[in-house]
Amino acid sequence: MPGKLKVKIVAGRHLPVMDRASDLTDAFVEVKFGNTTFKTDVYLKSLNPQWNSEWFKFEVDDEDLQDEPLQITVLDHDTYSANDAIGKVYIDIDPLLYSEAATVISGWFPIYDTIHGIRGEINVVVKVDLFNDLNRFRQSSCGVKFFCTTSIPKCYRAVIIHGFVEELVVNEDPEYQWIDRIRTPRASNEARQRLISLMSGELQRKIGLKVLEMRGNAVVGYLQCFDLEGESGLVVRAIGTACTLDKLSSPAAFLPACNSPSKEMKESPLVHPPSHGCRSTHNSPIHTATGSRLTQNFSVSVPTLIYTGMGSGSAGKEGGPFKALLRQQTQSALEQREFPFFTLTAFPPGFLVHVGGVVSARSVKLLDRIHNPDEPETRDAWWAEIRQEIKSHAKALGCHAVVGYSESTSICEEVCILSASGTAAVLNPRFLQDGTVEGCLEQRLEENLPAGCGFCHIPYDELNMPFPAHLTYCYNCRKQKVPDVLFTTIDLPMDAAVIGKGCLIQARLCRLKKKAQAEANATAISNLLPFMEYEVHTQLMNKLKLKGMNALFGLRIQISVGENMLMGLASATGVYLAALPTPGGIQIAGKTPNDGSYEQHISHMQKKINDTIAKNKELYEINPPEISEEIIGSPIPEPRQRSRLLRSQSESSDEVTELDLSHGKKDAFVLEIDDTDAMEDVHSLLTDVPPPSGFYSCNTEIMPGINNWTSEIQMFTSVRVIRLSSLNLTNQALNKNFNDLCENLLKSLYFKLRSMIPCCLCHVNFTVSLPEDELIQVTVTAVAITFDKNQALQTTKTHAEKSLQRASTDNEELLQFPLELCSDALPSHPFPPAKAVTVEKASPVGEGNFRNRSSPPCANSTVGVVKMTPLSFIPGAKITKYLGIINMFFIRETTSLREEGGVSGFLHAFIAEVFAMVRAHVAALGGNAVVSYIMKQCVFMENPNKNQAQCLINVSGDAVVFVRESELEVVSTQQPAANCQPSCTGGEVTT
Amino acid sequence: MTSELDIFVGNTTLIDEDVYRLWLDGYSGLWGTVCGCRFGGAVVLDGRAGRARMSDAVALRVRSGILEQTGATAAVLQSDTMDHYRTFQMLERLLHAPPKLLHQLIFQIPPSRQALLIERYYAFDEAFVREVLGKKLSKGTKKDLDDISTKTGITLKSCRRQFDNFKRVFKVVEEMRGSLVDNIQQHFLLSDRLARDYAAIVFFANNRFETGKKKLQYLSFGDFAFCAELMIQNWTLGAVDPQADDMDMDLDKEFLQDLKELKVLVADKDLLDLHKSLVCTALRGKLGVFSEMEANFKNLSRGLVNVAAKLTHNKDVRDLFVDLVEKFVEPCRSDHWPLNDVRLFLNQYSASVHSLDGFRHQALWDRYMGTLRGCLLRLCHD
Repeated sequence: MPGKLKVKIVAGRHLPVMDRASDLTDAFVEVKFGNTTFKTDVYLKSLNPQWNSEWFKFEVDDEDLQDEPLQITVLDHDTYSANDAIGKVYIDIDPLLYSEAATVISGWFPIYDTIHGIRGEINVVVKVDLFNDLNRFRQSSCGVKFFCTTSIPKCYRAVIIHGFVEELVVNEDPEYQWIDRIRTPRASNEARQRLISLMSGELQRKIGLKVLEMRGNAVVGYLQCFDLEGESGLVVRAIGTACTLDKLSSPAAFLPACNSPSKEMKESPLVHPPSHGCRSTHNSPIHTATGSRLTQNFSVSVPTLIYTGMGSGSAGKEGGPFKALLRQQTQSALEQREFPFFTLTAFPPGFLVHVGGVVSARSVKLLDRIHNPDEPETRDAWWAEIRQEIKSHAKALGCHAVVGYSESTSICEEVCILSASGTAAVLNPRFLQDGTVEGCLEQRLEENLPAGCGFCHIPYDELNMPFPAHLTYCYNCRKQKVPDVLFTTIDLPMDAAVIGKGCLIQARLCRLKKKAQAEANATAISNLLPFMEYEVHTQLMNKLKLKGMNALFGLRIQISVGENMLMGLASATGVYLAALPTPGGIQIAGKTPNDGSYEQHISHMQKKINDTIAKNKELYEINPPEISEEIIGSPIPEPRQRSRLLRSQSESSDEVTELDLSHGKKDAFVLEIDDTDAMEDVHSLLTDVPPPSGFYSCNTEIMPGINNWTSEIQMFTSVRVIRLSSLNLTNQALNKNFNDLCENLLKSLYFKLRSMIPCCLCHVNFTVSLPEDELIQVTVTAVAITFDKNQALQTTKTHAEKSLQRASTDNEELLQFPLELCSDALPSHPFPPAKAVTVEKASPVGEGNFRNRSSPPCANSTVGVVKMTPLSFIPGAKITKYLGIINMFFIRETTSLREEGGVSGFLHAFIAEVFAMVRAHVAALGGNAVVSYIMKQCVFMENPNKNQAQCLINVSGDAVVFVRESELEVVSTQQPAANCQPSCTGGEVTT
Repeated sequence: MTSELDIFVGNTTLIDEDVYRLWLDGYSGLWGTVCGCRFGGAVVLDGRAGRARMSDAVALRVRSGILEQTGATAAVLQSDTMDHYRTFQMLERLLHAPPKLLHQLIFQIPPSRQALLIERYYAFDEAFVREVLGKKLSKGTKKDLDDISTKTGITLKSCRRQFDNFKRVFKVVEEMRGSLVDNIQQHFLLSDRLARDYAAIVFFANNRFETGKKKLQYLSFGDFAFCAELMIQNWTLGAVDPQADDMDMDLDKEFLQDLKELKVLVADKDLLDLHKSLVCTALRGKLGVFSEMEANFKNLSRGLVNVAAKLTHNKDVRDLFVDLVEKFVEPCRSDHWPLNDVRLFLNQYSASVHSLDGFRHQALWDRYMGTLRGCLLRLCHD
């Protein structure tokens, strides 16, 4: 009996009228967990009942605590007939199961009905008492923290990043069970909601177990998805990155972990912070009882496992060529992993050594009924196959690991496309194993990574390149080779040297496909896929060049399958990396040179393209320093780099130094116009309109070139569905329609958010689906963040200052704390707003400016406001606590579509309700924001003839508590002198 | 390619003040509807000539020059307008009970915006309120809204909203204890100014004062509201007993009965002569229109006292303003009394009664005349 769940029903408000005669309601509440149900008294004749119930107590296994949701049903009592349900609230109690997170769930929850939507609110208090459990064979994994955030969460420090965890569970979809024919839509929807809630609980528990096996204590970058396979079942799958995290609770966190036992007391004792030699902890679980909660008092014995104990005692590995050693270590650390994948997109400093490029794999499968839900082997095998392919792709790029890894599916009838993609990379081994890399080695490593360009250097052997590419010497350090363009799925590394600003780049593509059945259909799709991949790639490349940029970050290619077409949508953020060569232009070549007017047309086009490139360079402030050919040819190191020269030479001794630079530098990208199709393509290149002035957009967390965010944020979801005219559907018409759809959607967003100018749309996430024949649905979620235009002008300056500061910070940090495992002087935040603040403080002008700007919005923020953002941070604020993961699934159905304002009215209301329910849950946990929010699924189906529609939405994110920077100012002004010193700047940010 | 579905939902609900105004003014957000607005029609045609069909609301936005300012297209504007309209339609249910808007969880709206939404929703047009002021807020009146719409040029939709607002406020505060203004403010979260206006509307509707007669047309809503406030403060049940039900809505019946006693002021010839001589003595040389006043005194005094004595009958209560204008305002106006002379006369007229030894109803007189004096001064303008 490891846990006691306690629930109290306090009151209701704004209930709907259930009794037409009296215009009132006789409400009571059923509280259900597992198979136990409690009821409150009936509160007669009120729309605002005050139940003030006793504490309902459920004594349950912690395994159930993890799997089951708490189900609260509000009903209207009826003496003569059956009681009418008003609505339900599902509460995921997982956040109460680990220390550091929420201690109580208490607040107003919207009462939700799948047919009527939100119908009033109910005030509930939930608590959990966990008891100590020494059972070594237990199946629960309480205590493992989950984060949707794809970077090391603020206020934590990564001790070890263990690696990939995945799991999937399958079940029959209640919607397709025989019983569905005789039950009401409401019952069916509720069965589905409950099942998915149960399955995701189970999945999370199983993943947690795997993490414990790996001796981790947290999952970062947790991504859970549903595959609605229709007849063949329901799959819930999840991937994530297992980590051992350490809470940064005070400046004391800078002390090496093993020297401060007090710190380990704070950690949940079932975790073994395996820093240095502290292995002893797991033999004697520390029992602490801080506060009234018993949660901390459970422990577990970790069985010996495949994933443990690698590379211990590596003190002697100092000698030898450094790079080889690095490789060897990484290899040994990674090769023991089945899949050296990481779902992270931003990393602790020094983690990412080199980036190879994007690796992706797709496979088309025919769905068959899942016969035995307990052994979902087929689905497992499918994914294993794809992952294997990704792994081998990465190997071909000379990389041992894949970062920014994600998986997705697209299903149409019985065909399913499985996709996986990531970025091949070489990683620094020191985060991957049990503290084996000692201080001095670490230091050398730091020195060896030239700031801001190291990750661009090619990891593969240039004699034996996996694909044709033009290599040049790095424009930053001039010592190592870099490719001419770089595509990645990760966020822009913090320290990357970037020129100008970035922008959102999209490639959009449609391909018609014959309607077919089963194998024939799958074959047709498989045949089309490579062409689509190729074209998407070409489009991206062209658009990138048109923008005058040379690298893509956050690349996400989505291929969706419909009855009679395939859609491809790739989104990424283009930037100009200082380390990479200037991209050549785009040259158009005609095929029929004798035709005069044609020639003229071509030259006209060429001029237009050149103008566009020039305009874009100006727009995005891309003005790289002119470097003469000579300097590039002979890498004469600058004085400060001279000391490194020796090592780098020896390092690259095995590489061929000769490279035809003229080839790599000036060549233009030639577009041959040989038919009308190609002409269309060129035209479509030019149809993308840049955002109106004052707007920027990107799909990554950070917008390069903007670092002065103000605190105003607006997260939004926009959905559009268009119906294609079924006549004369050609690929070109389709492409144009799809392109217009996306462009118009963006235009609408810019118009709607015009009051926020100057602002940047960050984390713009497009998803496309084909719900029916001739219907295209595009869903966009993003956040608009305002920034300070005046300070934007100083961008380059502050950037330079920052990197200077950073350099010195690094050095001091290393001297002061040589034993520190993760020299965390640099915050692991991908973009710490705090940094901007502290930098501003150095100059009195900037400070005054900032305060003036930030104070009014702060004054407005009243109690009860919950911010939502797809980013992992909140500008102008500091996240002080993670309260747990939010993972919610809702179904809404209507049989009175017209009365609810048609499809737009229906979905508008539903999404507003989903936001409301997310906010209510966060507020009940004691939080004031959701970060890393994502709408993973928005499946919309309509039947206007029957006046019906149905929609399924799945959202997730991390509930957090944040504190405004301005509120923290009291603290920071106490040490104004210290603030000026770079070392403290770093320190303050990380604490 | 047709758009089947097109929505935008923000975590913080976007409120566009201009679109809100168009919505409140009842302009249609759907395209292709027949426009019942003053200038919408022409613009819609303009719009159609250039692009796709446009709704009245979008056409009006186009006219405001927003497309040039932002570089947006009419399609973008249409989509934006529809989003806002949908939001407002969803909010409307909550706006019917403003405290709900504050506690609801569905729309995250900053407090200042909530206040704006409520205030604007309950705001009304002067032209409209003059049409329905003093009328019974019943289905019958609602049927006349068509005519009012045609007459005032305010869309029928907007008329309905304003009428329903009046009715809703009336229903909620009808049976409540305590101050009328406070009750309105508490239940509808209106600004002080707007709550006072609603108090006047409710008071007029409850007592059914006639305001529509031709000779009353020159009076503004503000004039009536001013009088209503004075009457609520002095002539209602609440003026004597702060705990009474409907205290601020109904006139104090007992007081109205007692007003009959004032009749002696004109019925008793000696008293009337004495009153006249007191007033004339005091005002000699101070009034520009002294002779006219002297000549008219008895008529005016008879008029004012008879109005008081008649207030026992409901019908005469309803005609209060008609009577006041007929019996006092018009005679003054025909003799071109300056406002200051009216003020001096009324002050002296009410004060002199205190010196009439044979008159015993001084307190009653003050309660009546104190309020009436204020009202009459307000009513005396062109």
